[in-house]
Amino acid sequence: MLYGLKIAWRYLTSNKAQTGLLIAGVAMGVFVFIFMSALIGGLASYLVQRTVGDIAHVTLEAPARDAGLLLPEGTEALVVLQKATGQRETLRTADAFLPSIEAMDGVKAVSPQIVGNGFVIRGQSRAPVGVTGLEADKVSAIADLGKRLVAGDTMLTNSTVIIGQTLASDLGIGVGQVIRLQSDRNVERPLVVTGIFSIGLDALDSRAAFVSIATARTLFALPQGLSRVEIKLDDLNQSEDFARRMAADTGLKATPWTQGNAQLLDGLRAQASSGNLIKAFALITIVIGVASALLLSTYRRRPEIGIMRAFGASRAFVVFVFVVQGALIGLLGGLIGAGLGYLALSPFPLPENAQPGGLPVDVRQGAYGLAITLTAIGAILASILPARAAARVDPVSVIGQ
Amino acid sequence: MSVLVEVHDLVKTYGEGEAATRVLKGLEMVLQTGELTALLGPSGSGKSTLLTILGTLMQPTSGQHVMLGQDLTRARDAELTEFRNSHIGFVFQFHHLLPDFTALENVIFPTAIAQGRETARARRRGEDLLERVGLADRMDFRATQLSGGQKQRVAVARALMNQPELVLADEPTGNLDRESATQVMELIAEINQQEQTTFLISTHDEKIAAACRRQIKVVDGKTVSD
Repeated sequence: MLYGLKIAWRYLTSNKAQTGLLIAGVAMGVFVFIFMSALIGGLASYLVQRTVGDIAHVTLEAPARDAGLLLPEGTEALVVLQKATGQRETLRTADAFLPSIEAMDGVKAVSPQIVGNGFVIRGQSRAPVGVTGLEADKVSAIADLGKRLVAGDTMLTNSTVIIGQTLASDLGIGVGQVIRLQSDRNVERPLVVTGIFSIGLDALDSRAAFVSIATARTLFALPQGLSRVEIKLDDLNQSEDFARRMAADTGLKATPWTQGNAQLLDGLRAQASSGNLIKAFALITIVIGVASALLLSTYRRRPEIGIMRAFGASRAFVVFVFVVQGALIGLLGGLIGAGLGYLALSPFPLPENAQPGGLPVDVRQGAYGLAITLTAIGAILASILPARAAARVDPVSVIGQ
Repeated sequence: MSVLVEVHDLVKTYGEGEAATRVLKGLEMVLQTGELTALLGPSGSGKSTLLTILGTLMQPTSGQHVMLGQDLTRARDAELTEFRNSHIGFVFQFHHLLPDFTALENVIFPTAIAQGRETARARRRGEDLLERVGLADRMDFRATQLSGGQKQRVAVARALMNQPELVLADEPTGNLDRESATQVMELIAEINQQEQTTFLISTHDEKIAAACRRQIKVVDGKTVSD
């Protein structure tokens, strides 16, 4: 084995220019692979962050209560089931499980909320809004309102409200001015605008109002219970598993963010598929390059292979020498390409810091280990054909030449 | 002396059907241990084919090939490869050294193949052999940096590395000037004398043949005089 390694290395180093070019070609393929991984991964992170960064990863709500059948099953009678609408669905026992959810691994933030619909009234203007009641210390737990403020602050009291910039602009109001908020329960409260935010989503910027949870209880006549609990996770990719677990553990309806963002996920999947295709082409190029170079080498070294065979080198030994050459080319090209990729990608800002219009390349998602491993395996596979051709060289046919 | 190699009714046919060409036609031959034998014959007589079969690089179409009491006629490729490495050395007309290797690395190649690495012991034997062929000062020279005569002497040293019982030489001086040819033949004769290594030398050169103690002539695929 050691001797086979020595011969393989000697063959590679005997023509440094050719081997250097070959390794450079492999390194370039690996660079493309890594760049595509970092770009596709970074782009996905960027898109998810921009789209999902300000929404809950899992939402807990009371399960829908369907009306029960009064007649036993199998009774021959026409029965119509009507969805129960007499009561609002609320989480009545939320206080019991909130601490345990907050203590769970992977949970970043938990925000109990009361939600409902209403109108912001300013003079003769009426603007429909979705009202969300939040705990004062959890204003920025889900949507980071503090970071998106364009005016004022996020101090929610029983007499303050935070609204979006578009809504403020439509109504012509600013921080410190008073609006009247009327709920769909016909409860109306005057509130002082304490902060104005701009998230970049029209649904929030023009039609959302955040109040304290106590204010929301008054507005929606809900003295106890919660409308929902929003949860943010450390890893948003775990949302489906987490939701499944929560639903099983609590019996509540747990909705992951993916359920309402199918189009985004489809887009990300399509994007990942395109990236994988480009990466596969890069790998195929590497395999073809290594195979053709080693085939050429096999042809050039036919007399030497014949002599080796004549002096007792087995076919397996010859195969080993050429496969090792392929492996060394793959490994060296992989390491160099990965190193260059890392150096080239490092200056790019991470997706979470990327500016709009910038290239959201994520150096952490370069898949360096995978690139090196796949390249080494590809190069080894590419060397098998030339190695087998070398092992089949008939010593008699080349010795006489 | 004991019998080292014997071939009986050796036949080798190339091709099939109407294109078949019979090169060896029932050839008989016996080589004793320690012989220095010249193999003579015109071109196309079957000398090279015979050497190739004796070197286990090719199987005969029929007949028997026995060496060291072992019937090699139907042995598998892996067995023949191992046998060749241990018991047979080759010296070719065009030396066929490995160009990317030094003289010493070329000499110890057969042992390194057998042992899987270049041992210190193998290096010492390689150095001894190169000293013996007068190339002590060329050990670390690449094969491409040696003259024709020097290359052929390295090839002789390589053939002797594993202390084979039989060395097959195909026109070993055919590509050398007269002085180098004489040096190589003197070296072969000396090794044959001192180590009782059996040499079978295929040649067209009458002087080389005269330097051997035995001459076998092959004509039209058969031995015609011995």
